[in-house]
Amino acid sequence: MFKDRWRTILMPSNRPHANGPHGQMRTGAVATPPATHAPSHSRNSHGLDQFFGSIQDRTELSLLDFTGANQANISFITNLGHRLYSDDVLHSLDATFGDGDFFANQSDPKRVQQFLEQTLNFPDRYFDGALVWDTLQFLAPPLLDLVVDRLFRILRPDAYLLAFFHADEKASTIPVYSYRISDPKTLLLAARGKRPPAQFFNNRSLERLFHQFASVKFFLTRDHLREVIVKR
Amino acid sequence: MSAMPGRMNETHGDSLRGSATLGKSVMVKGQIISREDLTIDGEVEGTVELQEHRLTVGPNGKVQASVKAREIVVLGTVQGNVEATDKIDIRKDAKLVGDIKTVRIVIEDGAYFKGSIDISKPEVSKPAAPRPQTASTPAALNAQPPLAAGAGAGDKR
Repeated sequence: MFKDRWRTILMPSNRPHANGPHGQMRTGAVATPPATHAPSHSRNSHGLDQFFGSIQDRTELSLLDFTGANQANISFITNLGHRLYSDDVLHSLDATFGDGDFFANQSDPKRVQQFLEQTLNFPDRYFDGALVWDTLQFLAPPLLDLVVDRLFRILRPDAYLLAFFHADEKASTIPVYSYRISDPKTLLLAARGKRPPAQFFNNRSLERLFHQFASVKFFLTRDHLREVIVKR
Repeated sequence: MSAMPGRMNETHGDSLRGSATLGKSVMVKGQIISREDLTIDGEVEGTVELQEHRLTVGPNGKVQASVKAREIVVLGTVQGNVEATDKIDIRKDAKLVGDIKTVRIVIEDGAYFKGSIDISKPEVSKPAAPRPQTASTPAALNAQPPLAAGAGAGDKR
């Protein structure tokens, strides 16, 4: 299988990403509870644009959404004629690993198995696309590798996966959002509080993470978010 | 409220209002078929079927069943596959785990849903068949069938 070289596309007026060491593990901490009426803001997303561009003119696809069911995503995706599978994976993570040390619990094989069965128990090659948003950055190894491997298996060949990773390595906690699709190029981000990431990623470590996939493309944006579009 | 084993029909008292209710202290295991609107505030395990009516799962309601109705409003908890020929409404603080098949869906912020969503096109009633011509009926060269009645198109956002 031909594997494209990764490319980083820097948006105007952004500082270059830092090739700092990856794998600096964070200890678990309870996330800051989100505000009842969380502030939200919209942003353009080149990754989202690429994702929906890849499935343009196709209908009756099965898409996976990790942000949790919301009216915007349900309406947008089903109005395109697709079937949506929705799950609030961050909620599932907290439910499975949230008692005690959040990251240390992710090394417990029983909890890991429970999480995978509850969250990613799908047949191989079942989905035509996956919107995993910022979820992966809160997974510590080996759970992270198992989840990425499971995503690879449940996606059909040529399917795309969209993931976001926070790029500011100095931040001890990062904002967590619920991602609402406004249109194929625009997202509305509803704040869900802050929590520490499991680790920070640079382009090289992301390429290693998605080594099974055919290609990995990056978009680094001015709000410290690295958008990654991955092709199965 | 009394119930035949495995089967529940509409109550006499509520039928006057056209709506039946299972109260908070009621638990039903089995098959529920209703020919009127139904509100569930108790616990139900099995299947619930209201072909042409509305099912409301109240804030205290816990339904572990496959559900079919014209319209389904969830304020409590539903675990099971849900099918509505018109609309599903999942309110804030509600929880629904299962696969959904419906024409329209509304989900409020704060609701929890996990499962798949299949939006089906509304059923359109077939147009009436044209009258067969008789010797006394003049031929209509450009006759058109009567307009079909819509079954409630989904909201397009």
